Amino acid sequence: MENLLVAENIYKRFGDYTALNNVSITIPKGSVFGLLGPNGAGKTTFIRIINQITMPDEGRVYLDGKPLHPEDIQHIGYLPEERGLYKSMKVGEQALYLARLKGLSKAEAKERLKYWFEKLEITGWWDKKIQELSKGMAQKVQFVITVLHNPKLLIFDEPFSGFDPVNANIIKREILELKEKGATILFSTHRMESVEELCDYMALINKSNKLLDGKVSEIKKEYKNNTFEVGLECENETVLMAELQEKFKIGKAHFKSINEDLKVSIQLQPDENPNDLIQYLLTKARINHFVEVIPSVNDIFIKTVTHNA
Amino acid sequence: MRSLKLIIQREYLARVRNKTFIVMTFLSPLILVGMFALIAYLSMLNSSEQHIIGLHDETGLFVKEFKDDENLQYLNFSDKSLDEAKKIVRESEYYGLIHIPKADNNYDLTGKVEFYGEESPGLGTVQNIEKIIANKLQRNELIQRGIDVAQIDAVKTKVDVEIQNFSGETTSKMANYLRMFFGGAAGYLLMMFIIIYGNMVMRSVIEEKTNRIIEIIVSSVKPIQLMLGKVLGTSLAGITQFTVWVVLGGILYTIAGLYFGIDLMNAQPGQIEAHQLDIPEVNQLVADVLNLPIFSLIIYFLIYFLGGYFLYSAIYASIGAAVDSETDTQQFMLPVIIPLMLGIYIGFFAVIENPHGTVSTIFSMIPLTSPIVMLMRIPFGVPWWEISLSILILLLTNAAVVWIAAKIYRIGILMYGKKASYKEIYKWLKY
Repeated sequence: MENLLVAENIYKRFGDYTALNNVSITIPKGSVFGLLGPNGAGKTTFIRIINQITMPDEGRVYLDGKPLHPEDIQHIGYLPEERGLYKSMKVGEQALYLARLKGLSKAEAKERLKYWFEKLEITGWWDKKIQELSKGMAQKVQFVITVLHNPKLLIFDEPFSGFDPVNANIIKREILELKEKGATILFSTHRMESVEELCDYMALINKSNKLLDGKVSEIKKEYKNNTFEVGLECENETVLMAELQEKFKIGKAHFKSINEDLKVSIQLQPDENPNDLIQYLLTKARINHFVEVIPSVNDIFIKTVTHNA
Repeated sequence: MRSLKLIIQREYLARVRNKTFIVMTFLSPLILVGMFALIAYLSMLNSSEQHIIGLHDETGLFVKEFKDDENLQYLNFSDKSLDEAKKIVRESEYYGLIHIPKADNNYDLTGKVEFYGEESPGLGTVQNIEKIIANKLQRNELIQRGIDVAQIDAVKTKVDVEIQNFSGETTSKMANYLRMFFGGAAGYLLMMFIIIYGNMVMRSVIEEKTNRIIEIIVSSVKPIQLMLGKVLGTSLAGITQFTVWVVLGGILYTIAGLYFGIDLMNAQPGQIEAHQLDIPEVNQLVADVLNLPIFSLIIYFLIYFLGGYFLYSAIYASIGAAVDSETDTQQFMLPVIIPLMLGIYIGFFAVIENPHGTVSTIFSMIPLTSPIVMLMRIPFGVPWWEISLSILILLLTNAAVVWIAAKIYRIGILMYGKKASYKEIYKWLKY
């Protein structure tokens, strides 16, 4: 797959403080890319570099194979975490202004705004001032402004903060629709559920360093450790437990079950096959539950961050 | 360039549509005219008041010298005793009583003439009394020494120095007052404009920062474009306001003139001749006003006005970017206000005293004060190379200050919650 954005060996220092230390990130075309990291990790600095708000001290950024150029802002839509609008300006006027700053002509901007306002059912807000709208309403307007110029690359910094669940869903739906239409999306967040749900690729930044990156499914494969949760039904649980303890590395397992099962998690050696485990268990008890433990992004995040601390 | 135009347009409209702006634009000339009218009325009231002063002249020499005029009336109490005279003056609530004691020597009255009054008399009144007595004594002395006073009176001439510069333009003292007035007004206006519109720029930057719209905008345009657009757009709003004031002021001035019966439209030399007004002073005054290099004054005003305004509003913009709210701006305001005040003070003291003295010349070169000081000097005639040098310095400083301000601005607008200090800002310059 072709890459839309390639950032190579980015360094950024503010005085004595290093905000980004040799960070390289590759975002494939048409993907949803999650940029994860605790607060203060350097995510926003990285995003600002892509947006050419700040310049990197070292390193290069390529968009669509070409070095990033000031004109490229037309191809990027950015919804910052710290976002707002002019309070005393009318919604329509303001949206037109910001769209035209992105390079759209007045007529084109008007037409597209009409389309989006109708789509999000906010047509009636055109002549309202931002100070008359609620925070969630204002964020809908901001979303429209971000996507209006049909950018190749959409950058959302903590997009769902401040949205109520209904609106958050609408925005999520719109983001996925944009992806289907060919846009590449970069998410910056510390909320792991949204990454799990939306992202194909991810990168983890902590304390100015990139700790890991790649396809979410592959990272998960890498982080699973051949552990299985089993629910067993047998006559003598204590005997079975003793036997399992002797043969495998076991631990406690927690899962919901309708049976009065013996719940155990079993970690196999990397070269062992789960089929052998099943065969062995079949001879001992009835298997009600057998699931491979796949680490959540949250687990990976915590594990990596604490491991590197 | 396209973005810059858009930003200028937005900033201009945002300023001009502001309710305070509209109210101030249309109310200020009314307030100003009202104030002038009030001052004129009050001073008229003041001068139409008549004082009565009692005289108790034991020498009998001076009674005739004190002549009544519009404001002062003298009553002679010399035939009464001093205590009686005092009593009458107090009971009748007269302004005061002059007591001239009998002296052995006619011309030795130093420290002996007294003025009794409920309140201390005005400086003018005292000086007038002193002059009258001194004149009389002098004449008496001259007569005593056998000099013919009538002859002295006959040879008394009136001298009015005619000031002329080398290129042959004649001016009068009045013209100098006019120059002071024009220069002072221009300098003062410039200072007010810088403070008012500089503050507008600053508030607008703070607004964008606190509204958090700044990051959305700088992902579309360069911070310097936004800053320049803001400064330019706001300056256009200022020019609009100024134009409205000039027009409104002209209309009000004419109306006021008509109302008070002064035919201002006649203030043209040709017309005055037609009216057979043959008073040389008036003709000279009119000629002086017309002789002032009005056109070049306006051009210089605009140049210094823009140069000074850009310099200061760039500083204002960077202050706005450095802080999180308007209350935090206090610590940075002083260095901005001090040079402006200094310019005004230098203008009103040094320039009026000596328009081409060392102090005036130096401060009309220092870029932070030069717009104000030079504007005040220009009506007195400044060599072209001095003006060129001062403008050149101003422009170079402008370039440097805008460059530094843009750096602070660029970093500042994206810094939240950091308490800005001079040290912190110095660090930003190195980023």
